[in-house]
Amino acid sequence: MGEILLTATIAIFTVKNMLFMLFGVSAGMIAGALPGLTATMSVALIVPFTFTMDPVSGLVTLGAIYCGAIFGGAFSAILVNTPGTPSSIGTTFDGYPMAQQGKGEEAIFTATFASAGGGIIGTFILIFLSVPLARVALRFGPPEYFWITVFGLTIIASLASKNILKGLAGGAFGLLISMIGIAPIGGDVRFTMGIPAFQGGVQLISILIGFFCIPEMLRIAGNLQKQKMQAVNVEKQTGVLKRSFLNVFEKPMNFIRSSIIGAFVGVLPGAGGNIANLVAYNEAQRASKEPETFGTGNPQGVVATEAANNATVEGGMVPLLTLGIPGAPPAAIIYGALMLQGLRPGPELFSGSAHITYAFMLSFLVANLMMFIVGILGGRSIFKIVTIIPAKILVPSIIFLTILGSYSIRNNIMDVVVMLVGGLVGYLLKELNFHPGPIVLGLILGPIAEKGLVQGYLMGLSRPNPWMIFFTRPISIVLIVITLLSAGWPIYRELKSKLQKGEN
Amino acid sequence: MSKRLFSILLVSVLLISLFSFSVLAEFPEKPLNYIVCFNPGGESDITARAQQKPLEEVLGEDVVVQYKIGGGGAVGWSELVNAKPDGYTVAGFNLPHIILQPLVREDPGYATEDIKPVFIFQATPNILAVHKDSPFETLDDFVTYAEENPGVITVGGSGSYSANHLGTLEFNQEAEIKTTYIPFTGSGEAVPALLGQHVSALMTYTTMGIRHSDEMRVLAVAADERVPAMPDIPTFKELGYEYVEGAYRGMAAPPDTPDDLVAELADANLAVNEMPEFKNQLEDMGFQILNIGPEEAEELIADRVEYYKEILVDVGLL
Repeated sequence: MGEILLTATIAIFTVKNMLFMLFGVSAGMIAGALPGLTATMSVALIVPFTFTMDPVSGLVTLGAIYCGAIFGGAFSAILVNTPGTPSSIGTTFDGYPMAQQGKGEEAIFTATFASAGGGIIGTFILIFLSVPLARVALRFGPPEYFWITVFGLTIIASLASKNILKGLAGGAFGLLISMIGIAPIGGDVRFTMGIPAFQGGVQLISILIGFFCIPEMLRIAGNLQKQKMQAVNVEKQTGVLKRSFLNVFEKPMNFIRSSIIGAFVGVLPGAGGNIANLVAYNEAQRASKEPETFGTGNPQGVVATEAANNATVEGGMVPLLTLGIPGAPPAAIIYGALMLQGLRPGPELFSGSAHITYAFMLSFLVANLMMFIVGILGGRSIFKIVTIIPAKILVPSIIFLTILGSYSIRNNIMDVVVMLVGGLVGYLLKELNFHPGPIVLGLILGPIAEKGLVQGYLMGLSRPNPWMIFFTRPISIVLIVITLLSAGWPIYRELKSKLQKGEN
Repeated sequence: MSKRLFSILLVSVLLISLFSFSVLAEFPEKPLNYIVCFNPGGESDITARAQQKPLEEVLGEDVVVQYKIGGGGAVGWSELVNAKPDGYTVAGFNLPHIILQPLVREDPGYATEDIKPVFIFQATPNILAVHKDSPFETLDDFVTYAEENPGVITVGGSGSYSANHLGTLEFNQEAEIKTTYIPFTGSGEAVPALLGQHVSALMTYTTMGIRHSDEMRVLAVAADERVPAMPDIPTFKELGYEYVEGAYRGMAAPPDTPDDLVAELADANLAVNEMPEFKNQLEDMGFQILNIGPEEAEELIADRVEYYKEILVDVGLL
């Protein structure tokens, strides 16, 4: 293996490949930062250009774009409360409050350290643990996916700890929205209101922009007279870079745990960065000694989500390269590119074409390092630009971008309408103190839960009691236990604090 | 005076432009929009992408791939039927999808007849595959077990009312067995379910059989003849079952697109199909290359509509 790693390293470090990767990382970051242009779309846009390249150059370019796009989502999440991609949803929870407190630059740098670090941990997992991890991933069948989503829903308890009832209502609302469209199993048409475009369901990204961005823009616009003219506050600070570094590496447990969560969720086909970042956020909050500071601008929240989402990139390559099963939608596109290059994922990639495969894997190390440099430099300038532009120009520009962005999801005007309606609903819900987190969580998890439930039931049909299949498989049992613990934790915490108060 | 001069000028400009238009109106004279209705990375996308460059060479104009995804293709097709019929908007279309959706959905946003086929360029026949550690060594083993244990065998496949779904029903009828079909969203999601042995078998496409040949055993292929990329796999017909099913993919235009433009696009498709490099690339991936022109395609679709109606009525789904 050592020899292959060496030849692979030599294959990456050519001027051409370096330039392609630099382009990939930067273009990916820009695309990721623009709400609406997701990692999937940015990878898909570049694929045709890679057909004419040699396999190594083509693949490393695509990998670099993927990394960059997942990271780029953090910029808009932090600066304007808009997750640039669904993988940065959790980054808004603490990143945006940090920006409001004038610590936007620190948030961006923290995200940069965490993202690059998470990506590097992910790469090591990809290189050294691919085969065993892929085997574990295969043991997750429909019943396990069902229980994962149930576990995922317990995150609502942490997201909406101040008002659990509103959180649950929000989660249920999200689940309901997720049912619009063609049923994933059975193909029934549900709640499409006669609009053909709704057969494809409500687009998560439209809802994300609507619920996160629009209400915030309306709020800024509404407060213009009272405030100074800038949308984002700046406080003159020194030593930001060092503080950001310490945020991530001083107590590295959060960073390491989040990266591992990210990589593992990435390995599971059908679950990606959108779930990983929220799970990591939840675990960071649960492990923290001061969980109540999460959601008010705690840098550890940003560390968790950004380390996790960049680790999913490499995690998603695990089942792709070892088994030919894409772990996430962008990985599926890279699969297509592999096929058209004449490479067949699976054991062949690790024997005949091992030099290409390892070059591709190693390129993630390089891409993440580049991402770090571009992130620090680009982050500083983007932060400056956003803070210089007066709100009366910034707000309309961003609203304009959100319209372009939601149209570009699949070139459909309905997605823009959904985004705008979502914006109004989101504004009302915000006024009523509903957190948007549980709603999008329901929207993300709904389809996975439904598929897991129905497919699991169909699998169990030949048994005397079909439902038993959900309670007898070992991994399912483990997941049920984790779910119970996760759901019980907020109750336990509350009881404990009450007891302590009693003692005092 | 100047007014008159101006009108003369205007008229002559108009005349010239009219004249030059009729002379220069060589189709195509601007980029073509190629709508892909499925996720990037899937069969429809990969093959449209493979066509893109060669089509540009043949047509001498850019071919721009545009994604309109959702509803198992219905979102894109409902836009296609409302697009301008000038030959510059085309979309990938799939059989049996464009037949089954209007049959089982109240309003998918288009009618089967609205989709004007230009050319069907490839197909992926269904295959029946099991895990490499499965006790079913042959199709006989599979059928025998299903006869003795009705409903116990689970067969995964891509989607509801898809070629895999209908194929499972057709084979159940033909072999007089009962199996449980479990739909997954796309072939990509069905494969891990088999590799993890959560389902006993897959009714999937030839492409998946090629991709995962190390991990799965293909029992039979539902084509008229053996598929070039898997020459050792028998057809169902050889084994005594009248069962041929799969997905056909092609290019379609909006209704009322002039026939001469359709013919020109069909010629371009044919030319691409005849490029050895393109053909080999697709065949290696497990696709069957087909040359089905506009009229033939229309007939094929009309035939299949009746055929599927019958099956759906037979199994009680319609």
